[in-house]
Amino acid sequence: MKQLFDGNTWQEIFQSIRKNKLRTFLTMIGVFVGIYIYIGLSGASKGLDNGFERQFETIAKNSLFAWGQRTSIPYAGFKTGRQIQLKLGDVEVLYNRVPEIETIAPRNVKGIFGSNPGIITRGLKSGNYAVYGDFPDFADIATKKIYDGGRFINDEDIEQARKVCVIGERTQKELFEEDEDPIGGYIRIDNIYFQVVGVHKFTPGGGFESDSDIYIPFATFKKLYNTGDNVSWLTIAAYDDADVVKVEEDIKATLRSIHNVSPKDERAFGSFNLGEIFNKIMGFSSGMTFLSLIVGIACILAGVIGIGNILLISVKERTKELGVRRALGATPSEVRNQIIIEALTLTLLAGIIGIIFGALTLKIIDALTKGGDFPYANPTVPIPYVIGSLLLMVVLGVLIGLIPAQRAVSIRPIDALREE
Amino acid sequence: MIEIKDLHKSYKMGSNSLHVLKGINFSVEDGELVAIMGSSGSGKSTLLNILGMLDEADEGEYTLDNVPIKNLSETKAAQYRNKFLGFVFQSFNLINYKSAMENVALPLYYQRVARKERTEKALQYLERVGLREWATHLPSELSGGQKQRVAIARAMAAEPKVLLADEPTGALDSTTSYEVMDLIQKINDEGNTILVVTHEEDIAHMCKRIVHLKDGVIVEDKKVKQVRAAEYVQ
Repeated sequence: MKQLFDGNTWQEIFQSIRKNKLRTFLTMIGVFVGIYIYIGLSGASKGLDNGFERQFETIAKNSLFAWGQRTSIPYAGFKTGRQIQLKLGDVEVLYNRVPEIETIAPRNVKGIFGSNPGIITRGLKSGNYAVYGDFPDFADIATKKIYDGGRFINDEDIEQARKVCVIGERTQKELFEEDEDPIGGYIRIDNIYFQVVGVHKFTPGGGFESDSDIYIPFATFKKLYNTGDNVSWLTIAAYDDADVVKVEEDIKATLRSIHNVSPKDERAFGSFNLGEIFNKIMGFSSGMTFLSLIVGIACILAGVIGIGNILLISVKERTKELGVRRALGATPSEVRNQIIIEALTLTLLAGIIGIIFGALTLKIIDALTKGGDFPYANPTVPIPYVIGSLLLMVVLGVLIGLIPAQRAVSIRPIDALREE
Repeated sequence: MIEIKDLHKSYKMGSNSLHVLKGINFSVEDGELVAIMGSSGSGKSTLLNILGMLDEADEGEYTLDNVPIKNLSETKAAQYRNKFLGFVFQSFNLINYKSAMENVALPLYYQRVARKERTEKALQYLERVGLREWATHLPSELSGGQKQRVAIARAMAAEPKVLLADEPTGALDSTTSYEVMDLIQKINDEGNTILVVTHEEDIAHMCKRIVHLKDGVIVEDKKVKQVRAAEYVQ
């Protein structure tokens, strides 16, 4: 131990490392590549992880959608092929029967799924845009970024069936002048005047939404298009710790019982389980992380074994030198420690260089993929992983150094010095 | 200084054992310059290895500077070697990636002498062997005679009680051999005890005493009139 903190020891080590450049280089390259691959891989998988997170950041990760379809089994006197229409009243029943549900936001829409879009006019400008009837709760499930000065639909809007709307960025661009503040302005939706209360920022997240969507209060939509208690589909968010697959089953079962559908009818209700897909992607990405961990550790291991291998050969090559050192008064433990510290130093040096190069590579990849659609963001390796890998290298370096060190000690000076 | 009584050593060579030293008795006084002579296989190198604690005798007593040398652990042997003995080898055995100065400083490193003092002492000893200006050169840049002088400086740097030279001139031509012997004689003149193993008559006669070994026993032990190597050196 004392030897480890002695400047003289380090002078010896560094001299031996410096004076045997080829050996040093060959030794280090294994560990360098190992740690480089480790850092690169785990950084990349973290980047992928972050990328997926970013893709889903606008919507609750355990959300799902449910809508009515046609029945496929005759039941309770109804014949097969009956179109199921979800009703506003279903929401209350679902809340009561499926406790895992955090929020339900029923939505109505005009302009997608084959229905005609609303005709929106403002002065001489007009366009066709999808119109959604929404509850304020919807903003809890799918985050809608509203530009400064505006707001999303609120409870008052619903209660009083206000004629207010939130428009998309593109709608703003197409209906308003560039320097005009749309908030407070009026547009006509199918010939009814609506006041604009917000402009939502479009975030690409898949699905059918776009940057031109117009949101109006659910109650207003009902009056405007005469939809009564009909609901196009339900957007549902479960609690974070809920099992989304089970929640989906429960919801469908509840809906079947409300709408007199056979419990065995799988086709009466359609659903899209974002949470399940999200979990799958996250599972894939944590699989990647695990894989990169395994591959990285294997690479480090291979590199360290390489160091041991080359040191073993170099000990054989240095037999005479070690014999001379012994004759001059080096104790076996001094010789052993020197070899171990050499192994350790080479391992750590190579490791640190590998980490630096790995980090640079990640930075370059980050710069290249920035702003693209590719789900890849901010590739980082958590500090504990880096420290862990360094510790692993220290332990392995010492262990692997023991082999050549033991070999070095087992050489008797008299054999080492024998002529020829 | 050195006291040896009834020293035996045999090597196992497969099934049969080879009795190399068959009862050696001799002693060396302080300040002596002894040549150990003998043909190859006479046991002279074995004797030197035992004296140098690189090998251990099977039987007999060995006392060095009143310290009994017996059943040493490797660590203890290393410390004694460092403290008591200086080695000069036939093939110099300098460390090829260290400069002359660093080679000389190596035994001091194992004595835990501080770097500055080490360098100072190493340069001082290089000065004594006349190689001060070669201090920064690697062994590969030195001639055979120079290498052996560096090796002698290295052996002397630790200020040992006894200098053991195993065929120090074996790899050198006669002119350089005499130069090296001249150096050894000068070191001896300063009062250092030196043992030289050689099989060359002229080298042996440059010592003060010749011990002849034959088949593992001392057949002759005589004081001689020393021939000064300086006579052959211009």
